[in-house]
Order: sequence, then C-alpha cells, then structure tokens
Amino acid sequence: MTALWWAIAGVCLGCYALKLAGLAAPRQVLDHPVVSRFAELVPVALLAALIGVQMFTQDGALAFDLARTAGLGAAIVALLLRAPFLVVLAAAAAVTAVARVFLG
Amino acid sequence: MEQTTLRSAAIRDGLGVGLAVGLSGVAFGAAAVTAGLTVPQACVLSLLAFTGASQFAFAGAVGAGGDLVSAASGALLLGARNTLYGLRMADVLRVRGARKLGTAQGVIDETTAVALAQPTPEAARAGFFTTFAAVYVGWNVTTLLGAIGTSSLGDPGMLGLDVVGPATFLAILWPRLKERAELRALAAGGMAIALAATPFFPPGVPVLLAAVAVLVVMLR
Repeated sequence: MTALWWAIAGVCLGCYALKLAGLAAPRQVLDHPVVSRFAELVPVALLAALIGVQMFTQDGALAFDLARTAGLGAAIVALLLRAPFLVVLAAAAAVTAVARVFLG
Repeated sequence: MEQTTLRSAAIRDGLGVGLAVGLSGVAFGAAAVTAGLTVPQACVLSLLAFTGASQFAFAGAVGAGGDLVSAASGALLLGARNTLYGLRMADVLRVRGARKLGTAQGVIDETTAVALAQPTPEAARAGFFTTFAAVYVGWNVTTLLGAIGTSSLGDPGMLGLDVVGPATFLAILWPRLKERAELRALAAGGMAIALAATPFFPPGVPVLLAAVAVLVVMLR
C-alpha cells in the first residue's frame, strides 16, 4: 500500500515538473526542428497505443469486448458528425451501457 | 468591442470543455477505484498530477497488475507531451517569475487546444485560464464523485464508463488524424505495436514501446 503511495507521489511530482520544464525552458529549444517534430509525433503514437490497449486487451492478453467496441464506434460517428466533446463521450458511454444490457 | 467578443467566445469554449471533461473525471475516479486505488489516492492524482491520459495509464497499469515502476514510467512518458505544450504556450501566455509556478499546472491537452484555437493572443490567454479553472474544478469534483460512487455502487462497466477513457483520447487525437495521412499511419502503427507487445510484456510497457513508431517516422 505504501509503495503505491510512493508511485503516486512520483507521478504527481514528475507530471508537474514536466509541465514546468516546458513553460520555463529557453525559447531556442522549441525552435530546434527535431524537438518540434518529436513534440508533434509522440502524443499521436502514445494516445493511439492507449486506445488500443484499453479497448482490446484484458489481463495481459488480446480481448474483444463487443459492447465497448460499439461505444467507440458511436464516438467515431459522433466525431464524424462534428459533435461537441461532451456529446462524443456521452454517446460512447450510452451505447456501451445499452449494448451490455442487451448482450448480457 | 471586437476584442471583447473574441474574449467571451474564448471563455465560452473554456467553460464548455470544462463541463465535458467532467464526464472523463467520473470515468477516471471509477477506473482508479476499480484498479485498486483508494478514494484519497484517486483524488491526490487528480489534484496534483492533473493530466488525464497519464492518470488513466497509471490506473490501468496498476489495475492490470503491472509493476509500479513501469506504471509510473508510462504515466510520465505520456506527461512529457505537456512539456512540449509548455514550450508552445510560453510564447502565447508570456507569464513571468513566480506566476509560472501556478500556470504550469494548467498546461494540458485541453487548455492548449482551446488557447491555440483562438484568433488573438488576448483571446488565447483568456481561453487558457478559463479552461484551466473550469477543467481543474470539474475534473477534481467528478474524480471524487466517480471514486466514491464506484466504491459504494460497484461496477462502472454497467454505465459504459470503461469506454470513456479511450473515447476521450480519440476525441483529442481526432483533429490531428483528420489533418495528415502521416499521422494516421503513425497512430495505426503505435496501436499495432502496443497490441502486438501486450502478450509478451508487463502492463504499461506496450504503450511505451509504441514510441518506436515515432522513431520510424522521424528517421524515414
């Protein structure tokens, strides 16, 4: 339990330090083309990886959850229709919840 | 007059995003408690780490039984994008001295997105600080509600809350995916690496390995 608190403290301190580092860094850093390109690309790869892992894995193995996939499909439809952020999330949750009721 | 209109539009954007993030906050509180964190632990993460994707990643890795070092590393690697946002926002916000210490906590996906979408620097600053305030309050209140609700009610899956995390990430990514085919390929590659690595690595590591896709794109 204590170990978990230490990990949480590390995450909190680290996340704050990362934000401050950007805001307080000298301007020339961003002007470096490699840095700005990395800045643009890393979040895309990591967020996509997170979507994949949270959608299609369970306990360290690949897994397919039909209700959750239907919910993500609803989010994609909402995004294609240019729905606001809140509507996208609500559609995903509602479709997943309803699909679970019917699929058991 | 024009200035005032732009500023109120920016403030409206910020408040809207704050409201929307509330739903993710409920989902995070629920996910954290389901993963085995206590209610205070979930709340401390939202108050102090205050960056959704890192918090979801940490809770997810802890819940999957991953070791704490790789759980924390995954969260920090995701948090590194806030450094890049900070570099960008320093130019827009122009805060000096000690005010940087408070402003830094607000450098996240949502505030950066709202600020950069504004047509003037003044509107960008108004958008940033309104979004920061709205998201901070919304995220923390709803984390507490989600965590308490889950620890007393049980299964957040019945409410479909397990899809809110991935749907949030998709909504954040969406404008960039629409923009360029290169970024769509990168996203597909990152997801494929993480899924292929899942059976062979402890939880948290597959997401870190997805960064390899970035190197491939950059060296190309």
